[in-house]
Amino acid sequence: MLVPEAVLDRAHEDVHKTQPWNNPDAVPFIRFENVTKKFGDFYAVDDVSLDIYRHELFALLGGSGCGKTTLLRMLAGFEEPTSGKIYIDGVDMAGVPPYERPTNMMFQSYALFPHMNVEQNVAFGLLQDGVSRSETKQLVADMLALVQMSKFAKRKPHQLSGGQRQRVALARSLVKRPKVLLLDEPLGALDKKLREQTQFELVNIQEKVGTTFVMVTHDQEEAMTMASRIAVMNEGVINQTGTPFELYEYPNSRYTANFLGQVNLVEGVLIDDDEKYAVIKSDEGGCEIYIDHAVQGHRGMTFWAALRPERLRLTKEPPENIKYNCVSGKVEEIGYLGGISTYHVRLASGKRIKVTEPNSTRQIEPRYTWEDPVWVSWEAGAASVLNK
Amino acid sequence: MTSDTPEKSLSLKQRFDRWMIKHGRVLVIGIPYVWLFLFFLVPFLIVLKISFAMAEYAQPPYSSLFDWIEEGVTVTLNFGNYLFLLSDNLYATAYLNSIRIAAISTVITLLIGYPMAYGIARARGSVRSILLMLVILPFWTSFLIRVYAWIGILDREGLINAFLLWTGIITEPLIMRQTEGAVFVGIVYTYLPFMILPLYSTLEKMDVSLIEAALDLGCKPWKAFLKVTLPLSMPGVLAGSLLVFIPSVGEFVIPELLGGPNTLMIGRTLWNEFFANRDWPIASAVAIAMLVFLVVPIMWFQHIQTKQEERQS
Amino acid sequence: MSGKRSTFLLSALVFGFAFLYVPILLVMIYSFNEGKLVTVWTGFSTKWYVSLFSNDGMIDAAWNSLRIGVMSATLALALGTPAGLVMSRFGRFKGRTLFSGMIAAPLVMPEVITGLSLLLLFVTLEQMVGWPAGRGISTITIAHTTFCAAYVAVVVQSRLSGMDTSVEEAAMDLGAKPAKIFFVITLPMILPALLAGWLLSFTLSLDDLVIASFVAGPGSTTLPMKVFSSVRLGVSPEINALATLIILAVSAMILISSLLILRSERNRSRASSTEEA
Repeated sequence: MLVPEAVLDRAHEDVHKTQPWNNPDAVPFIRFENVTKKFGDFYAVDDVSLDIYRHELFALLGGSGCGKTTLLRMLAGFEEPTSGKIYIDGVDMAGVPPYERPTNMMFQSYALFPHMNVEQNVAFGLLQDGVSRSETKQLVADMLALVQMSKFAKRKPHQLSGGQRQRVALARSLVKRPKVLLLDEPLGALDKKLREQTQFELVNIQEKVGTTFVMVTHDQEEAMTMASRIAVMNEGVINQTGTPFELYEYPNSRYTANFLGQVNLVEGVLIDDDEKYAVIKSDEGGCEIYIDHAVQGHRGMTFWAALRPERLRLTKEPPENIKYNCVSGKVEEIGYLGGISTYHVRLASGKRIKVTEPNSTRQIEPRYTWEDPVWVSWEAGAASVLNK
Repeated sequence: MTSDTPEKSLSLKQRFDRWMIKHGRVLVIGIPYVWLFLFFLVPFLIVLKISFAMAEYAQPPYSSLFDWIEEGVTVTLNFGNYLFLLSDNLYATAYLNSIRIAAISTVITLLIGYPMAYGIARARGSVRSILLMLVILPFWTSFLIRVYAWIGILDREGLINAFLLWTGIITEPLIMRQTEGAVFVGIVYTYLPFMILPLYSTLEKMDVSLIEAALDLGCKPWKAFLKVTLPLSMPGVLAGSLLVFIPSVGEFVIPELLGGPNTLMIGRTLWNEFFANRDWPIASAVAIAMLVFLVVPIMWFQHIQTKQEERQS
Repeated sequence: MSGKRSTFLLSALVFGFAFLYVPILLVMIYSFNEGKLVTVWTGFSTKWYVSLFSNDGMIDAAWNSLRIGVMSATLALALGTPAGLVMSRFGRFKGRTLFSGMIAAPLVMPEVITGLSLLLLFVTLEQMVGWPAGRGISTITIAHTTFCAAYVAVVVQSRLSGMDTSVEEAAMDLGAKPAKIFFVITLPMILPALLAGWLLSFTLSLDDLVIASFVAGPGSTTLPMKVFSSVRLGVSPEINALATLIILAVSAMILISSLLILRSERNRSRASSTEEA
């Protein structure tokens, strides 16, 4: 574990309630036990074990074909695992068909029934369970009010906009009060503006109803905005699980560091390791990197220092201490984005380092220009050290 | 779930649901399966059997392959029918002729159908749907009547001859019906909609900006057509050609009504063996030969086609 | 775009549609000719329509054809719909290859072979089990059902393959069992395809000469068989009248159905355009 003790140490009663994953006594609500799914010779999901707790908004994050959707469909019952077990609320789901599972799914395409109106769509699931007509009517009305679609109850799906369809799909899958709501790219079909607004709405609704949400997404920003915890998936395996904060600040691998946000990865060799600090010598960076905590490994081992662009300082003059954590180079590219500027600095080794700086004051002209010789430096705590 | 519910307390509906979940799949597969097996596959086995029998003046007019004698069953296979097909070159000629006539007609249909499909695909919205309807309409009217229409036109006492005699261009009526040319006209006429529709659907789906891109990059219009439109419409060309070629190879009505006595086609030969000569075993042997040399290659070709399409998508 | 090309396309369309429609129009015009010869116009008359309707053989044949058409289209729908469903939704099962072969084969099978093989089946069955006793409307209906079911299966299969499976999955996720999903979700969604499949089957059955000729018995002459035997001898004004009636009926049906489609599309686009505003 590369997460420092200090982060985990904040555990107390309150944290146990809001962060059940840090409570060793908490019982997981959903449990994947060594789940594998093969399609022919292809391992879509490869020996995944994962615990998800009640009331979580859990995100499965990864690129296309990483197995996240297969994992979700196994939870819904559309696919049976090749091996391994899935438990929901302590019940083994093996052989339970989708129509008997305590889960409901919101499909990426929304999958609204085209020949039924909004009200009939939302009522469909309740009527399958034999809920009485009058009760169904009440529940549907309540749910449509929650997603602010009461006005459109008599409309057919093709008469709705994308955002409205998304709300109907949400209402339809929530109205049965499932133990787990599954969301497959819930905002994927919406445009950017609407997506940002809907992200918060979804979180609010989740807090209101208290249902456990499991969501699949390829959009790291969406996952970080909405999720209590995220599992980063790649090629059928889970790379890392943690809160957005943990994943961004303490990635366990170059893959996670790259997938969430932007990062400079500088390769080097461990030359000094102590209880309180470590030093990595990097030929690529042309410098020595001083880290303010111990690194698990022996001298001579290869490590990568992950440096977030916003944690780097850009100066024309060399910093005071040029022994550690600073490199010099030339500005090669400048991107002015309004709120921030990005600079690509070419080092002597040929390596390019990306630095972002906030434009916190209005300037007459840019601080740096092409071919300016500059120094890039960072604090001892800024780099995370990765061994894979 | 309460598993201790006794079976008896289940309602009829619950029992039906349980039964459907357990056996529904088999039922849904089973019903069409059994029907097609009984009325499509078994008949071919019978045709195969009879093709090995000998013609007899009996009811039905063929010999039995199985003879029940005291020790058991003897089977007499008579390969004579197949040898006869090989020895009389009437059958080989009819077979090759069918393929030739169908192929030529398909090419003519393509040459007439392609510009029409292209024209329809490039027409404005409302005009397009009217033109498309005009293509589909003859398809729903009787096939026989459409062939019949040409009898009145091509006949010795038909409209063309009457017109030409009236103008004085000819003094003796031309022989147009009962020729191979009339068969071409009949096939092209009846199967033209089958060519236009798949061509139209590929041409209509094609992105116009692809042609614009070709023009923008300096291609002349006819070259853009040859280099962009035509290659991209090949799936439609192939589909349309198959839809015309396949039914015309086995065609009976058109050569019978428009062709002459010398216009041999394999479907007509089979018909005559059966109805005129009442030789059921030879007709069966012709059917088996058609199956092996015509239907099996076509199905194999289509199988490869769909495999390829699946791989591409 | 170049004017030369659009002139070419225009003339191709004019020539093509003339080729398609002039023969039909000539048949229709000459059905009103008083004389018996097609070549000479002797005056307007509807006497051939009168003689058509008093031709009992023709009326009986038409009645037979309609009955066979309705029965076999309905049966073909009942058999072809599950077959199409199996092909697109049931995944792999034992004997699937044979099944898909039996659905694809009737579409490419020359009619003479289908007709011959079914006749031989009926003859053999009659010898062995005594059924069907003689041939007639029922044997023609069975024959037509078989090849029409294959067409229905293909229509249904292609409609289902183009349909997002997530809609059916959503119904299952909301607690509906497979049989219910089919009747409440799938069936309403493929209804237009089913209607098209029924109409296609009906038309194919009504149009079939070859297969019916093989499996028909005495007293079960269909309309195409009747038309064929009279056309063989040359042009007959009664057939012109019949052709005119068929063409008018079909045109009216197509016109009505396309108007209906157009209207529902217009409603749909109006609804969505008010939404955008």
